[in-house]
Amino acid sequence: MNSSFMKLWGVPILLGILTLIGLLSALFGDGVWDALSAVTLGVPVAVGAWFSLRRKPG
Amino acid sequence: MSAQSLRWWSWIHKWSSLVCTVFMLLLCLTGLPLIYHHEIGHLLGNDVEAPALAPEVAANPPKANLDEVIASAKALYPNKIMMYMSQELDEPAIWNVTLGDHPNDEHYKPIAVDARTAQVITEPAFEGGAFMSTMLRLHVDMFAGLPGMLFLGFMGLLLIVAIISGVVLYAPFMRKLDFGTVRHERSTRLKWLDLHNLLGIVTLVWALVVGATGVINTLADVLLKVWQATEIAAMIEPYKDAKPLVEMASVDAAMKTAVAAEPGMQVGFIAFPGTPFATPHHYGVYMHGDQAFSSRLYKPVLIDAGNGTITDRRELPWYLTALLVSQPLHFGDYGGVWMQFLWAVLDVATIVVLGSGLYLWLKRGRKAKAEAKQEKTAPGMQPVLARSGEQR
Repeated sequence: MNSSFMKLWGVPILLGILTLIGLLSALFGDGVWDALSAVTLGVPVAVGAWFSLRRKPG
Repeated sequence: MSAQSLRWWSWIHKWSSLVCTVFMLLLCLTGLPLIYHHEIGHLLGNDVEAPALAPEVAANPPKANLDEVIASAKALYPNKIMMYMSQELDEPAIWNVTLGDHPNDEHYKPIAVDARTAQVITEPAFEGGAFMSTMLRLHVDMFAGLPGMLFLGFMGLLLIVAIISGVVLYAPFMRKLDFGTVRHERSTRLKWLDLHNLLGIVTLVWALVVGATGVINTLADVLLKVWQATEIAAMIEPYKDAKPLVEMASVDAAMKTAVAAEPGMQVGFIAFPGTPFATPHHYGVYMHGDQAFSSRLYKPVLIDAGNGTITDRRELPWYLTALLVSQPLHFGDYGGVWMQFLWAVLDVATIVVLGSGLYLWLKRGRKAKAEAKQEKTAPGMQPVLARSGEQR
């Protein structure tokens, strides 16, 4: 995989995998699984909030 | 990407989104309160709580006979018949009983009965009260029944097409930009284009999963009818010449028979004769596990409502299992308060994606006109939808 591909798709793929882990883990258990889900699902939300709310470009 | 395929994907993205956007906005807005339906019910005073028992009784709570539970509920409406009774895993002190004029009564009466004393606790507000009921109906079928449901399912399919084509278009837009770039300083349109791309790609997998499971949910009624026409029909084949039931066997005994037949499982709900989950001659006792995942899967035990014996029990077909597993993934109700909160934030982010998409299309119309004018002087140079945002 070349670097321009990863520059474009690296973060989206990572966030997608985290979202999937977040959606599935809570399905298979409670307690620690719910916590794992909250963290992994929270990352894309935090990334989206961070980049859309910060004012400084670049 | 060639100019031709870019134009093609832009066309797909534009029209799939435009057609479904208004309905998706409706679903996102009505879905937001539905995420918090328990909490809203609590605030509105519509939730049901079992009364506290005396400490010596509460330590080892009794289990009321189900026939007495039913008798208490029916005493309120002597002319109505039993439709369902169900129990939540985390609230074993309550039986939620529904009574209707007939087994498919849409205006059923919900009654909460104490599962320990068989006393009626309250008659809960129908579907959680007028506000929540309106949100639910708008979200599920827009008050249009099965056609409304299937229509929203089709809109959901268009959303999935819009998301996938949006991902394809993400590449030409973002190739020269770092992830998360939002160009605030240039133009309002460019800022919203960047936000649309950012929030679209961040919510991608969540929106795909919630969209796809939503589409599956719109097929619930159809799948149930398929199941009735095939498996239930097969199970009651021996009963096709049977006379209508006069005397009904004890529900309490039927429940105990089902529990004995499926050790380790608990009763989720009992469907009464004539309802879609039973047959005219059977109680349908639906057993489920008590773990996070197993509680989502039901196993029906059909009990002859005449003599109380087991007629048949089988696994649910794959399509109903798929429906049951898809439901939590749509509702976001399986991971506690943090998941609820993230579900709400992702829902709001989706509203922003939909709104900004609409805005970009409206703005684009004006720009395209100006560019079409220009094209007369420079033929062949008119950019497609996607290109207009990429100019630097």
